[in-house]
Amino acid sequence: MSSVNPSSKQRVIVVGGGLAGLAAAARLVEQGLSVDLFSMVPVKRSHSVCAQGGINACNEIARQQGFSEWMHMDETLYGGDFLADQPPVYEMTHWAPKIIDLLDRMGVPFNRTGEGYRDLRLFGGSLFKRTHFAGATTGQQLMYALDEQVRRHEAEGKVVKYEFWEFLWPVIEGEGDERRCVGIVAQDLRTMQIRAFPADAVAMATGGCGLVFGKSTNSVMCTGGAASRCYQAGAWYANGEFIQVHPTAIPGADKCRLMSESARGEGGRVWVPRKKGDNRDPRQIDEKDRWYFLEEKYPKYGNLVPRDIATREIFDVCVNQGLGVKGENQVYLDLSFKPREELDRKLKGILEIYEKFAGEDPREVPMRIFPAVHYSMGGLWTTFTSEKRRPDPVMDLDSGLNEVIGLKLGAPDTMATNIPGLYALGEVNFAYHGGTRLGANALLSCIFDGLFAGVGIANYAAERADAPASDIHKSVYDGAVKREEEKVKKFIGDGASGAPDTTTNPYEIAKEMGDEMTAASTVVKTEERMLKAMDKLHELQDRISRARLSDNAMWTNQNLSFTRAVSDMLILAEAILAGGIERKESRGSHHRSDYPDRDDANFLKTTIAEFDPDSGRPKLSWREVHQGLAQPRVRSYGKIESAAAKTDTAPQVAASAAS
Amino acid sequence: MVSPASHNGSNNGSGAPARSRTVRFRIQRCEGPAKPSRWEEFDVPVEAGAGANVISCLQLIAANPVTVDGKRTTPVVWDSGCLEEVCGSCTMVINGRVRQSCSCLIDNDAPNDGDVVTLQPMSKFPVVRDLWVDRARMFDSLRKIKAWVPIDGLHDQGAGPRERPKTQQTRYVHSTCMSCGCCLEACPQYKLEEDPDDWDTAFIGAAAIGQVRLFNKHETGAELAGERLDALMGPGGVTDCGNAQNCVKVCPKEIPLTEAIADMGRAVALHGLKKFFRGK
Repeated sequence: MSSVNPSSKQRVIVVGGGLAGLAAAARLVEQGLSVDLFSMVPVKRSHSVCAQGGINACNEIARQQGFSEWMHMDETLYGGDFLADQPPVYEMTHWAPKIIDLLDRMGVPFNRTGEGYRDLRLFGGSLFKRTHFAGATTGQQLMYALDEQVRRHEAEGKVVKYEFWEFLWPVIEGEGDERRCVGIVAQDLRTMQIRAFPADAVAMATGGCGLVFGKSTNSVMCTGGAASRCYQAGAWYANGEFIQVHPTAIPGADKCRLMSESARGEGGRVWVPRKKGDNRDPRQIDEKDRWYFLEEKYPKYGNLVPRDIATREIFDVCVNQGLGVKGENQVYLDLSFKPREELDRKLKGILEIYEKFAGEDPREVPMRIFPAVHYSMGGLWTTFTSEKRRPDPVMDLDSGLNEVIGLKLGAPDTMATNIPGLYALGEVNFAYHGGTRLGANALLSCIFDGLFAGVGIANYAAERADAPASDIHKSVYDGAVKREEEKVKKFIGDGASGAPDTTTNPYEIAKEMGDEMTAASTVVKTEERMLKAMDKLHELQDRISRARLSDNAMWTNQNLSFTRAVSDMLILAEAILAGGIERKESRGSHHRSDYPDRDDANFLKTTIAEFDPDSGRPKLSWREVHQGLAQPRVRSYGKIESAAAKTDTAPQVAASAAS
Repeated sequence: MVSPASHNGSNNGSGAPARSRTVRFRIQRCEGPAKPSRWEEFDVPVEAGAGANVISCLQLIAANPVTVDGKRTTPVVWDSGCLEEVCGSCTMVINGRVRQSCSCLIDNDAPNDGDVVTLQPMSKFPVVRDLWVDRARMFDSLRKIKAWVPIDGLHDQGAGPRERPKTQQTRYVHSTCMSCGCCLEACPQYKLEEDPDDWDTAFIGAAAIGQVRLFNKHETGAELAGERLDALMGPGGVTDCGNAQNCVKVCPKEIPLTEAIADMGRAVALHGLKKFFRGK
């Protein structure tokens, strides 16, 4: 794969030890490089462990029923409302079966059929069983498999882990076309030491930004802070307005806990009582008094419509029609009619979460759930080199094309940001998922990114073997460290911390940001509301600049790390909102009630937000979407309009999904 | 977006928790390694049915760190991640019992006004600060027992070995071990070892022994079975287990750890015998 051998002095930094970061680290080591792996948490505890349902790939059973890699690609593009660049989606879906095989070889305990083959389940946005799973903790299982491989490399001295280190800034050398990323500045979260680390390439694999919305399904470190720092350093942020709100979560005081789509994949049914105010025990409500609204409106996909659609329908039923269970914003997700043994074998992990946190046994009573912010389709902009090929007679059986377009393996720009040497992998980039991500495609995109782009990153480093980062003048790094130390000084102040009042309390500011972003920029958006939120962000930015810390210790100061992250999140939030305001259409997860239709003529384009250091504000521009494989078509998922009308209320929110 | 319904997290408790109440948190604090520890107390307002857990209470304390005596202090430091009991980060000793703080619901554990919740760091690992401990030794144990499947490389070489569903089920349970450390905290044989030089000879504990079973049960993983059993022989190995059986009682994932210890104990004995007769 690699044409040139990297020099032995060369090192690559991977920031983030979730699926994308670990896959990249393993690949880079195999390509002959040494890897420094940075993570705010021990990598085994990364957020990827929260993924539950599974990982998609074409398989021989699905193939015999008419499925193919091509159809997996088509589903992904259709699900994403055709906003994704198509060649990366082609390559990812065509690599998917090989990735499953590799994970299988690593020992992932995928559920098995009676004969010992890998079992499959149904998932959203597909009519074929194409999702491989390990109980209902698939993310955790894949994470551990990759963690184990990287630990093996660590034991051999090829990977050095920096756990409990926080990424602070990319070190960028040169100006204009000469500019390149040559390392990072990071801080040890225990000793608070700030250091620069030279590297011949830096791969960001830092995940999503759920905490910008306050309570989400994300882990506590998913602040988006690292992405924001790259954005402020000049990396473009793309399609930020596309935030996935997962339809089924359990609200809690500290976070919203995900109830996997696999609950519906295994037959779970979403319903509400047909009659408003029907407060009976759900077990006492007859079939005829239950409204299975997703099954009724989408007879073809039923409960397995993509997440943005299910979320808007639930939102409509609860908020517009007032039919939420017990008059509150919640609907039933019902598995109680399924045999216990089967539920435990396939879904135990999530059923236990529900039992522990909601205090009821979902094997006996329907779960009560509501949508929650879950995933960012947008992220750091990345590029690729495409490659034209003849269609594969098996994988591309249904393409009807004479030529297909994939990615060139080993191209040094694979998943590179606009800053040479700075890469973005996994959820932190914007590739693959367009306007909505299909369930069980995230694990795939993260692992694919690491394995595929890792080859290109190694080649990029090899091309610079005669000018390694280790030769760069020390002053470049010292200056970068000094700038971060200055920022810390500004937050810590002169040591006279004292009590913050509500206007300068970083926790209060974070809460207000989360509430505002959730209200203005999630399920249904309007220009008026988003403009109001923009004003609020500016107010909060001003307040955070005057934030008072209640801890000035230079040992394990979480207060400092949190406040710095909030300050960066506010800047990222502004890019997300700016994209939402300018995208005057509805597409995938971005739904505008003031512009309810998809507008391909004007907005079949990637939103690019560029940070303007002078004003501190985002500058927006647009790039064409790279197409050529699947023609954009109406994304209706076979919705029956009349079904919604039967309820005698105007389904303002939901109907436009068919636009 | 609108607010979701508040969730009643208390249905399995006996009797309804008091609606608006104050819960007192008694927290063992320590400013850093080799520093003395002290106790601080905080009153936290709790609404019944709002899904409050130890984490949400610690978040409230962080936002306004004032003790019951009205003294301003620093926010309590603690480790956390997923908050849904799959990452293992937020493990601590709560009212004397080791568990994840995210799944400790206040409506269940402190249902009455004035109830006390005591939080302490795990005692078997060095304290970093307050409730945050350094569990690097757990990951070092995984290195020691070679907790990985030695694949040839990342290239495409087809599927892995076929596996009987029963074997998969056994392996799966062990593979849900999140290195939280509950089993080690509860184990009378597992001791605090500050110096990494002592890790190799001190009892390795149930978590790692369970992982040996996991990897030795995999067809390719079994290539290293002998080396893993070597790691479990001698001082600090499986025979150091005192059979207190606390590990299995505190495991949040209900991993059959005692079964693994018995299983690996037999395997190690057999392995030792074979080595004895082979003379190496």
